[in-house]
Amino acid sequence: MRWVGRSIHRLEDPALVRGDGRFTGDLKAANWVRFVRSPVASGCITRISWPEGAPVFTSAELEQIKPIRPLLHNFNYVPISQPVLAMDVVRFVGEPVAAVLAPTQEQAEDLADLVDVQIEPMPAIADARDAMIAGAPRVHALAADNIALDARFKTAGVDAAMTSAHRRIRIEIRSRRQNALPLEPRAAHAAWDRNSGRVTLTCTTQMPHVMRTIIAELIGMPESDLRVIAPDVGGGFGQKMSLSPEFVVVTWLARRLRTSVSWLEDRRENLIACFHSRDQQIALEGGFDADARLVAVSADILANVGAYSCYPTTCGVEPLMAMAEMPGPYDVREYACSARAVLTHTCPMAPYRGVSRPVITVAIERLMDKAAAAFNLDPIEIRRRNLIRSFPYTSATGLVLDQASYVETMDAALQAAGVAVFRARQAHARAQGRHLGLGLATFCERTGYGTPAFAARGMEVTPGWETVEMTMDPSGWIEARIGASPHGQGLRTTLAQIIADELGTSPDRVKIVHGDTDRTPYGWGTFASRSVVIAGGATLMAARKVRAKLTTMAGILLEAAAEDIVLEADAARVAGTDRAIAIETLARAAYHQAHRFKGEIGPGIADTATYDPAGTFSNACHVAIVEVDVETGGVILENFVVAEDAGRLINPMIVDGQIQGGVAQGIANALLEEIVYDDAGNILTATLADYLSPSAREIPAIEIRHLETLADASVTKAKGLGEGGAIGAPAAILNAINDALSPLGVSIDEFPATPRRIREAVKAAAQSKRPS
Amino acid sequence: MTEKVDITLNINGCDYAVRVEPRRTLVDVIRDDCGQTGTHIGCEHGVCGACTIILDNEAVRSCLMFAVQAQGKRIRTVEGLADGDKLHPLQTAFMTHHALQCGFCTPGFLMLAVNALETNPDMSEDEILDLLASNLCRCTGYQNIIKAVRNTAAEMRRARA
Repeated sequence: MRWVGRSIHRLEDPALVRGDGRFTGDLKAANWVRFVRSPVASGCITRISWPEGAPVFTSAELEQIKPIRPLLHNFNYVPISQPVLAMDVVRFVGEPVAAVLAPTQEQAEDLADLVDVQIEPMPAIADARDAMIAGAPRVHALAADNIALDARFKTAGVDAAMTSAHRRIRIEIRSRRQNALPLEPRAAHAAWDRNSGRVTLTCTTQMPHVMRTIIAELIGMPESDLRVIAPDVGGGFGQKMSLSPEFVVVTWLARRLRTSVSWLEDRRENLIACFHSRDQQIALEGGFDADARLVAVSADILANVGAYSCYPTTCGVEPLMAMAEMPGPYDVREYACSARAVLTHTCPMAPYRGVSRPVITVAIERLMDKAAAAFNLDPIEIRRRNLIRSFPYTSATGLVLDQASYVETMDAALQAAGVAVFRARQAHARAQGRHLGLGLATFCERTGYGTPAFAARGMEVTPGWETVEMTMDPSGWIEARIGASPHGQGLRTTLAQIIADELGTSPDRVKIVHGDTDRTPYGWGTFASRSVVIAGGATLMAARKVRAKLTTMAGILLEAAAEDIVLEADAARVAGTDRAIAIETLARAAYHQAHRFKGEIGPGIADTATYDPAGTFSNACHVAIVEVDVETGGVILENFVVAEDAGRLINPMIVDGQIQGGVAQGIANALLEEIVYDDAGNILTATLADYLSPSAREIPAIEIRHLETLADASVTKAKGLGEGGAIGAPAAILNAINDALSPLGVSIDEFPATPRRIREAVKAAAQSKRPS
Repeated sequence: MTEKVDITLNINGCDYAVRVEPRRTLVDVIRDDCGQTGTHIGCEHGVCGACTIILDNEAVRSCLMFAVQAQGKRIRTVEGLADGDKLHPLQTAFMTHHALQCGFCTPGFLMLAVNALETNPDMSEDEILDLLASNLCRCTGYQNIIKAVRNTAAEMRRARA
């Protein structure tokens, strides 16, 4: 019986449904920290005062801690730095200015209220375009024009191809700012150990090893004196992969004061001062030949990256991802791009599920729909003419797109959505004055990429590989220690299924150890749809080595050739015979009767494997069917279909869960969630009553179809899909809204497409039609 | 407000005698003073519902109450749902239908829905949706939570018949 491909229950669930999960906030500490934060977007700190003798720490007390200075060695990156507590100046509302300590959270909040921070306000800029105007206030002296990264790309023939194009279509899209909003806010607990002198930092992170390295470096302590634990983590979606300055402060306090210190972020802090994303403006032009084939693409990308650069990816992560992947699944040889990271007096940007791809997919998919209208073609037909069909395909930016199913997933999604039936229904509804629309998004999702992909960005810290250490203990149970750091994805279950198949056992005899730098090999953690591909690949490779040892041992004991041994049902058997030895007997022998192997093989059962793949591409087509109420501007999502191809499905239930959850975040992105600043840099969305996350009422049932292209780019043949749901949904929904409103001559290219934006667009279109 | 008062909270049938400041919220006292950390804090302003508990026969946000207000009432939290090793049918249904990923919102959803299943076992589909729209989940996209509750309701109806 094989375990891969089965929707077994998750091994993680029994503890979580009992309330026995262990989250950072469950730990007790002798001291609680509260951060005093800047109430203004830009200004000079003139004085900080507090009750005499109270345990209050400012940048003056923390002067030994180095500033956070993420590095990128390319693309005119400006290496701005961030002190862990603001020093002299503040650059966004919510920036930590001081830390106070008290025996309880309530007392820490009381003390924080008594800290008086005097700030001389200075002019602030919140919008990327305002920041680029000559003479605009500078966020960092180092960055002229507030440009932190200026990347250019151009193929030799793009100008000629664009000039000679039969038709040129232009579009400008605007993605408003988002917060990934994991339900568990950030938390950190640091405890100093008298006997070892070490500090254990338990925190909400997606990359415990990287946190150990950078925090030890900034504090100036030996890395071996720091243990980082990521216990159960209540969602991350990218927000928990970047370094929080607060974690550095908490660790430093525990070590300096020789005690335990805890910090729990509240939701307001999370909304204003944890990381934001997706604040982008893209101007895109497509040149098409007479057959509506895309011959050239030109893009101008502005990413508002806030006041600082995030570690380890840097603030280049959004503009560079957008630049590299803009052409998406379409066959276009000529491409030019300018991608800039713009500094403003707002909360720093960091990765959020999909990074730039939800935004660039809106850009290219809106372009395709506009082009289809200009050529009087069906949006399906124009995609059919332009989707890549032969693989491997090297993109204009040099990405190698491996075997995939772009046309096939589109066909599967359209069939599931029932396009012909819908068009009839749409026409009927229009006759009654109702506005129904259908929109699609076809896209590819780069997943499971190792060091070469990150090195191409010029990252000082170049992530990519994963290592897995696997041990079979003398009782025959298996332990796999991984550097990846799941936080809700069910990776323990998925990896246990892979191991169980390879070693002829069941997942409940496999323990996966993660999220503890003392117990696991160095690794990069969980982000970028990489875990099942890279940690999964390393797991399979380690299991194959353990398997080889088991079959060799069994061959010796059963006097058979190792290649004739099969592992099944917790036994090693000579194939086609009843000669077998139980795995637990074999395992015990490996440790306690090593002499029986006559020196042909060493004692114990343990092996290690590392995997650093070039990367692969999953792909999908999303179809949204909506009804728009032109009176209220409200959008009802009637139906949502996903046809996806992420290669082999290891646990289909978990795969579907990732898609549904991703689509829900994409729906929020398209219709609801928006972080709003006023012109002075005051944040207006500091509660969940202002920042609207969808509830069960806003998320429809999602119909999912799977295709399984088994490509060689991944050793497990699984391609990874953690981000895809969030990538396609905004484009499909915006296209559907525009399809619904097409009789009105409306083009909505800014999202979230809130009722106000839809109403304004409808009104503006009506006014422009009115004779003057 | 910082003068402490003695109160007794009854959580899952056990009495906890605690001395607390009147300003402390119920969820903080349940977690910090009574050590029942299964109830989670997601927003502290009554929107997300991660801290939902059952107070007598009502599902409430424990971040919006003071601990002193809960004296003399029967508090039920996620830790009290299972009977030893035997899970509550809704806990099992959450596993079967993959109604959780990170598990942070799960205790709140379980308490919200368990109370509804007990007080209104014949919920319509629309009532189930209305109920579950009270709480936020960031991982699942809700459909599997809806399925788990719908199927448990049907199961409990069959068991009654």
